[in-house]
Amino acid sequence: MLYALCFLLFMVGLYGVLVKRNLIKIIISLIIMESAVNVFIVMVGYRKDGIAPILNKTMQHQELVQRAVDPVPQALVLTAIVIGLGVTAMTIAIAMRLYERFGTYDIQEIKRLKG
Amino acid sequence: MLEFIGLLLLFMVIAAIVAIETRDLLAAVISVTAVGFGVIIAFFYMRAPDVAIVPIVVEVLILVILIRATLRVGLRTFIGNRDFFGMMVTMAMLAVIFLAGIRVFNDFPRFGVPVMARIVDAPSRFYIANGLKETGAANIVTAVLLDYRAYDTLGEATVLFTAIMGAIAVIRKKARKKTTEPEVSEWEE
Amino acid sequence: MADKGMTPIVKTITGWVKGFIMLFGIYIVLYGHLTPGGGFAGGVILAMVFVLLTLAYGREEALRRFRIGVASELDSIGALMFLVIAILGIAGTLGGKFFTNYIAKANPGTPFELFSAGIIPLCNIAIALKVASSLFLVFILLVLMRVIHDPREKA
Repeated sequence: MLYALCFLLFMVGLYGVLVKRNLIKIIISLIIMESAVNVFIVMVGYRKDGIAPILNKTMQHQELVQRAVDPVPQALVLTAIVIGLGVTAMTIAIAMRLYERFGTYDIQEIKRLKG
Repeated sequence: MLEFIGLLLLFMVIAAIVAIETRDLLAAVISVTAVGFGVIIAFFYMRAPDVAIVPIVVEVLILVILIRATLRVGLRTFIGNRDFFGMMVTMAMLAVIFLAGIRVFNDFPRFGVPVMARIVDAPSRFYIANGLKETGAANIVTAVLLDYRAYDTLGEATVLFTAIMGAIAVIRKKARKKTTEPEVSEWEE
Repeated sequence: MADKGMTPIVKTITGWVKGFIMLFGIYIVLYGHLTPGGGFAGGVILAMVFVLLTLAYGREEALRRFRIGVASELDSIGALMFLVIAILGIAGTLGGKFFTNYIAKANPGTPFELFSAGIIPLCNIAIALKVASSLFLVFILLVLMRVIHDPREKA
């Protein structure tokens, strides 16, 4: 059920990418898709009543082994977020160049102007 | 607990729909930041404080960049989607993908049971059991990130470098044509 | 955009908090192997200090403190430092593999201490340098380096 909601969030983003004409709206949809994927990957590693995979001095190591959530998806998502910012910056740069060239964010008009 | 994450996801879906469907671009940008902060709260509730610290700052940065770089006074707002027939085909395809994708989750373990709990020799179990002993790092996520799976981090650094270089390459043609500020010309050389 | 910066209230508050934010970022980087945080989180916080300075004081003041040339050099230095740490794992007598944690193998140290986890704190510092300077460069590039103008206005 929760996985399905997360998938619905992804589909909303996909709808935006496929249907919208405004370049800014398309970038926003890409950001939404990225968020949905990040949440989904962390959800896969969640353990009910789990604890964060970080030891402290007072904790028994056995408790961590039994109750910790999965650390690998968290590590993957951590890198994915920063990459996502880089990719978003790249798309914004392309959108700005297109605006400068054609004077509009409308992709259909850009296609028409290009001939 | 489960209900809370469900409500949060519902909120994020609504915010995403608002962000995509609203006419006002400023409202759209702010709504997408609302989605991002929903993600952050979900991370905190799913016991991932390591991950939750990063997007707080990243979301703010994306908000500032989107507002300052793309929106401007007198931007021509237009509504409307792509043509009608194409949109109908797209909606049908999306519905098919969604209904087919829902089936996949039947094979997933229930929410709250990680995949590593079902596999005896999962790598995650090994990392949790031996992380402190082998690497000396109390934070197992850092141990995975920088010791067991450091190749991923190296690849991430490469991708980030390439993305920034791409952004500079896309932007700089314009800056070379009209160099007015001294910093720009200094940087161009 | 206002290059002169914001009101004196914002400038004063920024002057007070910028040191604390920077200290917090450095803490997050250095203690990344013991507490939540690490190179990525600390790096974005350090980048945010300069974004705050830029927004509050305007472009000239921020670029005077952290020039773009310095930023791109720090970016490259971070990436190089990460690679050199990795390659030293091959060269060293211990392990002989890429990304071997040679310091932890030679000198394990006590857990829960600052100097404990071998190459992990060094890698954290490298990544923090890289992420901080990259994000600052992105911000400067996309926000300040240009004024969007409409080609139809020029005609």
